[in-house]
Amino acid sequence: MRPFSYTAPATVAEAVDALAASGPGTKILAGGTTLYDLMKLDIEAPAAVVDVHRLTEIAAIDTTDPGEFSFGAAARMADVADDPVLRRDFPALAESLAKAASQQLRNMATVGGNLLQRTRCGYFRGGPAFPCNKREPGSGCAALGGLDRGHAIFGGSDTCVATYPGDWAVALRAFDAVVDVIGPRGERTVAIADLHVEPGDTPQREHTLAGDELIVRIRVPVAPSSRGSTYHKIRDRESYAFALVSVAAGVAFDDQGAVEDCRIALGGVATLPWRCPAAEMVLTGERLTEESALRAGEAAFAGARPRAHNVFKIELGIRTVADALRIAGERAVR
Amino acid sequence: MTAIVRRSGGNPTNAPDGGLCLALGDMGSSEATLSSAIRTETAFTVNGLRVKMELDPRESLLDVLRERLGLTGTKKGCDHGQCGACTVHLDGRRIVSCLTPAVQVNGQAVTTIEGVAAPDGTLHPLQEAFIDNDALQCGYCTPGQVMSGLACIAEGHAGDDDEIREYLSGNLCRCGAYAGILAAVRETARRTDPRVGEG
Repeated sequence: MRPFSYTAPATVAEAVDALAASGPGTKILAGGTTLYDLMKLDIEAPAAVVDVHRLTEIAAIDTTDPGEFSFGAAARMADVADDPVLRRDFPALAESLAKAASQQLRNMATVGGNLLQRTRCGYFRGGPAFPCNKREPGSGCAALGGLDRGHAIFGGSDTCVATYPGDWAVALRAFDAVVDVIGPRGERTVAIADLHVEPGDTPQREHTLAGDELIVRIRVPVAPSSRGSTYHKIRDRESYAFALVSVAAGVAFDDQGAVEDCRIALGGVATLPWRCPAAEMVLTGERLTEESALRAGEAAFAGARPRAHNVFKIELGIRTVADALRIAGERAVR
Repeated sequence: MTAIVRRSGGNPTNAPDGGLCLALGDMGSSEATLSSAIRTETAFTVNGLRVKMELDPRESLLDVLRERLGLTGTKKGCDHGQCGACTVHLDGRRIVSCLTPAVQVNGQAVTTIEGVAAPDGTLHPLQEAFIDNDALQCGYCTPGQVMSGLACIAEGHAGDDDEIREYLSGNLCRCGAYAGILAAVRETARRTDPRVGEG
């Protein structure tokens, strides 16, 4: 690991000052579960680190406003996952956190840092033995023509097909969350839909935040379908694994029993959290049945571009969408 | 209070404030590299004993515990947060010490496997239950399993077998002693909280 300077500001204002004074090689450290891990692998090599993991002023969890839930960026994944109001009123969000990582890591990782978790692509993590345009722009991509079972079937490019690994951001994407950030140039709010970017020709660029901008808060509007929601995650093993396919789904019904609010977003299959508006349209105004749920699943995966070893994700994904909608529908208030 | 260093090499000296203070020099061959980094004074407690040291911010809590403090009960498995062998408690919550830069625990309380038994050496009921249920073979993952099991019970996540399995999934056992580990945690949880069922 390369040497780096370390500062631990006591307040957000001090953190902004530290970021303003810092050079381009500076990284924000929160729970450390991604950044410190990648520093050990020499994939991240910041010259300076600004540690924000104990900024209690941005660690509050607020589920008291029935119109909008708010999560301080430094709140721990485990604490948000265990919030009783969230578990009852917005299960997709709580489950997306509870089904990620292990309890040890959830006690460390923050809900702000989690949004910017970097890919688990083995060629990216494998280091200089493998070409990787994300790690070393212009070097090529070992996943193209390589072992691509875990790679993206949506949102990839000729330079990168690495999967976005997170779960929380997928659930947030389904429910139109926004992210409040602060930096030396002031505060701004970024829609979660505008936070992550497809790799295109610049796979090293994964999000739209500047290096000196700090996530302070995540806000999620409570939707009619929030209570009837789930995060359904299919893995190689039952627990403690990244998603092969995951689905954040939400359903609400009108007086006649037809779907009036439908949310579907996918994880584990795309280069970024992947919303499925066409699939949502399939169900909106229709009754939720096994048949209509499968049609929604087929619409969600209609544009998939599978690679040599991950064609299975299409059939698995269609059925995971249908199962997620069934679970969500059972939870919805009729 | 008993000394926390149980094998030589940690070279503890008494600091003026009464806490335990360790010199940086005991890192041996790494010294040349360390001198180029910015050292950060870090004070925390380990199993109730105060520690104050100048740390290179690159050092993991796991390496500080094992290599500087001689507390080798905490094991290094993958060193990347994937196996749970290095699980310790930080202010009462379980974390993996391999992914924790040691400078981050400034002002906090670390508990390792060495701090679980009573001062007179009487094992914790969960440790006894591991023995009674044959919950280990090679034993390498066991300190992490015990620390994780203790936290699982304290968190209230040991309500039934499925919940215990889910909340211990961050601790791998390549010998496959999972059945015994599950039984030990279930048995101890039931003893602690009579509401916990048979699973």
